[in-house]
Amino acid sequence: MGGGAVNREPSAETTSVDAASVDPAEIAKFTAMAEAWWDPRGKFRPLHKFNPTRIAFIRDRVAARFGRDSLAGRPFEGLRLLDVGCGGGLLAEPMARLGAQVTGLDAAARNIAIARSHAAQSGLDIDYRCDTVEALATEGTRFDVVLNMEVVEHVADLRAFLSSCCELLKPNGVMIVATLNRTPKAFALAVVGAEYVLRWLPRGTHDWRKFVRPSELAAALRPSGVDIVEMTGVSYNPLSDRWSLSKDLDVNYMIVATPR
Amino acid sequence: MVTNPEQHDLIQTVTADVAIIGGGMVGMTLAVALADAGIAVALVDAQAAPERTATSYDGRSSAIAFGSQQVLAGIGVWPGMAAEAQPILDIRVSDGDARGRTSRLFLHYDHRDLAGGDADAPPFGHIIENQVIRRALLDRLAALPTARHLAPARIAGLARTAGGVRVALSPNPTGVTEIAATLAIGADGQGSPVRALAGIRVTDWSYPQTGIVCTVAHEKPHHGVAHEHFLPSGPFAMLPMVPDQEGRNRSSIVWTERRAPARTMMALDADAFAAEIEHRFGDSLGRLRPVGGRWAYPLRLLHAERYADDRLALVGDAAHAIHPIAGQGLNLGLRDVAALAEALVDARRLGLDIGAADVLERYERWRRFDTLVLMAVTDGLNRLFSNDLLPLRLARDLGLAAVNRLPSLKRVLMRHAMGTAGELPRLVRGEPL
Repeated sequence: MGGGAVNREPSAETTSVDAASVDPAEIAKFTAMAEAWWDPRGKFRPLHKFNPTRIAFIRDRVAARFGRDSLAGRPFEGLRLLDVGCGGGLLAEPMARLGAQVTGLDAAARNIAIARSHAAQSGLDIDYRCDTVEALATEGTRFDVVLNMEVVEHVADLRAFLSSCCELLKPNGVMIVATLNRTPKAFALAVVGAEYVLRWLPRGTHDWRKFVRPSELAAALRPSGVDIVEMTGVSYNPLSDRWSLSKDLDVNYMIVATPR
Repeated sequence: MVTNPEQHDLIQTVTADVAIIGGGMVGMTLAVALADAGIAVALVDAQAAPERTATSYDGRSSAIAFGSQQVLAGIGVWPGMAAEAQPILDIRVSDGDARGRTSRLFLHYDHRDLAGGDADAPPFGHIIENQVIRRALLDRLAALPTARHLAPARIAGLARTAGGVRVALSPNPTGVTEIAATLAIGADGQGSPVRALAGIRVTDWSYPQTGIVCTVAHEKPHHGVAHEHFLPSGPFAMLPMVPDQEGRNRSSIVWTERRAPARTMMALDADAFAAEIEHRFGDSLGRLRPVGGRWAYPLRLLHAERYADDRLALVGDAAHAIHPIAGQGLNLGLRDVAALAEALVDARRLGLDIGAADVLERYERWRRFDTLVLMAVTDGLNRLFSNDLLPLRLARDLGLAAVNRLPSLKRVLMRHAMGTAGELPRLVRGEPL
């Protein structure tokens, strides 16, 4: 197995990306889902519902790191931001609207094609690339913000993947990671609940064995000189149909990490 | 920012984030709220501003509930009308029979009841002339650089795409023929052309009643008391206004009458009309004299099947019209404005597409329930009170008296009337947007 790579929403046309870290089985699963990406009432409704909560967290933490007013018009003006596993651009577009100079990375060529056409429709200038973090790291570009949202649980080699991500981070930068914890509760809610009971996500979207514990994230980041400075849970309230930040890290959680 | 028109041959396009069609009080309030939050707005009004603010165009007054006052204050408009706003300190509800006699059992709401007897409690609301509200909104709108006011102009077409919406305008003095926006909003009243162009159907019910509106001058001061007098033909409300320029005591009358008698009333000369009012209201304010014009409006209940559609939202009367029995029509529209402005501003601050379906869905879900509750209550009140059957009269007299003796139930009803019940938008709660 080679280095880690991205595959939040892979496609069958990934032959152009020849990184050893790309897991072909993971890539194939998302191909059928890609075109529905931008329909908030469609297949990706849960992600659209989740999006405001994670964007608010990113906005507030990034604004705090760089001394910006998070409610101002374009709080990310002048910041270089990398969205790893950008998919159809659901996160990259809001980041661009908040003022960031965004690079979106995805291993699936089809997702990049969708993201590019949608950004053009939205009138946003985003640098979308069908590439891997390993390849990008060798180019020498460095970022103020690196986002790994719902990516690490699909990666083949976590340590190698995060090592490349840390290389891409400026010394005063900030990385935010969102993922699923490997707990029995996460298995019950994220796999059985979301995929089988509520049918939010197609069956087989997640492989519970690849979920990541916070301690494993910390251990994978530490050798690169990057430390976790904040952790928060993200919980879903079925009565209000809303996501919110919580102290419960057992299922969905997010971390903020900065170079030492 | 609203960009300057681009000129291609005969097409002049204005680009904005939001195109608002309809320059009534609700449309203007929304335009001010959004532009004040930095969202670029193009407001289309069929009437030029001087026509809109002429007293002959609209001589009505509106009851601005406490929640609506908070909205107007939150967007910087309230100071422009506060001096001409009459606070409502008491509401007296009574029941009458066909001979104009008032029942001795009546319901009395004092604004201090809400705050447990606190003398500094805010009033229930204010009575303000519509033209005073319009002028304050127009002044504020003109001061906002992210707002563009296109008037007089009318919508001619609506083309929606995945990324936005194009609003075509029929030839008009502004020279603008098209607005390109991410979202179009219909604030164009009960007969909403936007709603029709979008193919949104309505549930529609005409009451066999007409609303008569006028202003009266009276001998004795009103002391801020609003009277709602339930007559068999429909409710008769006497709402306190600030004195006119000559210092005369004034009140605004909203009077519901069956259609045929309403036509007769509208045709009466001033003395006979005054006599009809005195016959219904009594002499507690001394002699009454109508001043200014007299307006008659057919009453209807109307509800759009959807408040939101692709790249489109409806607000105010375009989405819903209710019976004016509780004076809540404009207040409902202003709550739409507060909820929609909050949904759009929250989305904008997250960098989300403000015209996306999930953003508009949040607005629709938020407002639909509140509106349906108020529709059911006002329609039910009208049906209960607009008749003269003795058993019903007794039942409702006893009901009113019972409500009067149960302070907690009274507080719930009062909060609803003030627009402070339910999950409230930030502006209604008195917080910044």
